[in-house]
Amino acid sequence: MRLKNLALGFVSALLILSLGGAATAWAQESHPAGRTGYAYKDGPFEDSGKQLYGRYCIGCHGPEGDSNGENAPWIDPKPRDFTLAVFKCRSTPTGTLPTDDDLYNAITRGFVTTNMPAWKPLSPDQRANLIAYVKSFSPRWKAEKPGTPITIPPETPINIDSVLRGRALFQKMECWKCHGPAGHGDGPSASTLTDSKDNPIRPYNFSIGTRFKCGTTNQDLYRIFMTGLDGTPMPSFADVIKPDEAWDLVHFLRSLQLALPTQELALWKAYYAAHASEVKPIGPENAPGGGK
Amino acid sequence: MKVKYFLTFTVVVAASCLLVALFTSPAHSRAASVAASGSITGKITYTGTPPKAKPIDMAKEPSCAKQHATPVTTEEVATGPDNTLEYVVVYISSGDQAPSAPTEGARYDQKGCQYVPHVLAFQVNQDLQIYNDDQTSHNIHPLAKANQEWNKSQPPGTPPIDAKYAKPEFIPVKCNIHPWMHGYFAVLGTSHFAISDKDGIYKIAGVPAGTYKVTAWQEKSSPVTQDVTVAGGETKADFSFKVTPY
Repeated sequence: MRLKNLALGFVSALLILSLGGAATAWAQESHPAGRTGYAYKDGPFEDSGKQLYGRYCIGCHGPEGDSNGENAPWIDPKPRDFTLAVFKCRSTPTGTLPTDDDLYNAITRGFVTTNMPAWKPLSPDQRANLIAYVKSFSPRWKAEKPGTPITIPPETPINIDSVLRGRALFQKMECWKCHGPAGHGDGPSASTLTDSKDNPIRPYNFSIGTRFKCGTTNQDLYRIFMTGLDGTPMPSFADVIKPDEAWDLVHFLRSLQLALPTQELALWKAYYAAHASEVKPIGPENAPGGGK
Repeated sequence: MKVKYFLTFTVVVAASCLLVALFTSPAHSRAASVAASGSITGKITYTGTPPKAKPIDMAKEPSCAKQHATPVTTEEVATGPDNTLEYVVVYISSGDQAPSAPTEGARYDQKGCQYVPHVLAFQVNQDLQIYNDDQTSHNIHPLAKANQEWNKSQPPGTPPIDAKYAKPEFIPVKCNIHPWMHGYFAVLGTSHFAISDKDGIYKIAGVPAGTYKVTAWQEKSSPVTQDVTVAGGETKADFSFKVTPY
């Protein structure tokens, strides 16, 4: 009697365990674990991430997700290599994995001036399923959790003082070494820059007014230099720029966007018209280490 | 009834835990109590033609250029007298029974727009501090693959950057602002390692008696491994690399 009870208990425990295992395996195939922000539904089979990837992504990113798709040799900049799990546009600190929302936003936004379009024709569920599949290419997604998104405090007032403080920071942090004294992307180090795979890469040119790769808002701009763009020469400034200073820098960077009628540019133009003689040029002559 | 089953189950689990503990613990104490220890020492040489060290033009960074009386040269293959090689990491790659925990942090400096030392060896999970001693901003960008790649700006006068690596890896380090700056982190799973000096000499001290695989790593060459048996005292192990001019 006792033995029978015990055996029955053992068998049912095994059954529960194996069912649980199968459920987990299925969940990993089509759902990223710990995903937040989007309702996740079981879609029909053709909506699964693998199917969608095979149809829309494989040509550039490759069957192994290693950026060696058949179109890749003809593309510049190169497609993302998902096996490294290193991503440019993150809300998380440098060196950490992005959140699912970061990947979702990247797929939705696309990457301006590259071959990566905005995937708005895909439904939110389809984009979410793609994220699950993209995350299967690197073991990092099993070993690590995404970083904690950085905190972005409320924006400080936009005024000429903030623009001028940001300008001093642009000089002090030596942003001009790559982005150029006027933000044209033509600093002294610009021509030598390579990404982490040794492909040449250009620093952003603020003057032409193309949107930023990782979003269009002031919050996006703040996030870009505080998290850095991993895999590129753009470092994180989170440890060396305070939040108020970061907003000043955002306001100054907006004043470099000559092709857009930004409020900050108007403030700068008015200031420059009245104070041209007091404005020190940005560049090596005013670098912290001194000029020649 | 149910309570009785539960009790039996608990007793069985507790007993098996105890057994596991009994069988595993002596192994650890055995490894730690190795008696005689010696050292491994030798000379690193090359055959073939090494690439010529190229002078580095730091004119774009005057604050660094003026720190060097004579122009500095590239250090990827640093040669010494009698065909010797500097900056070669020699370490126990297999058979290390008792790696000791590091007692202090490792220090990496950016000085005169160069990495000092050019190659820094340290242990997994050892504290690493990166200093900017220059009057210019650097961005420190270790291009890790097995570990996490990160990239941080470090303007002059800012505190050192703290870092740690969990997995063994040889990580190229670069500064994107000063493209001539190249260095290496050798993150090792052993506490027994050394780096060859300007005469190509290395010495790994405090090695317990035993037989090991010892590997020499040079950033531009294939690694070289040999078996080394230490029986106390000094054990000689020389390594030779084949180098090419390109």
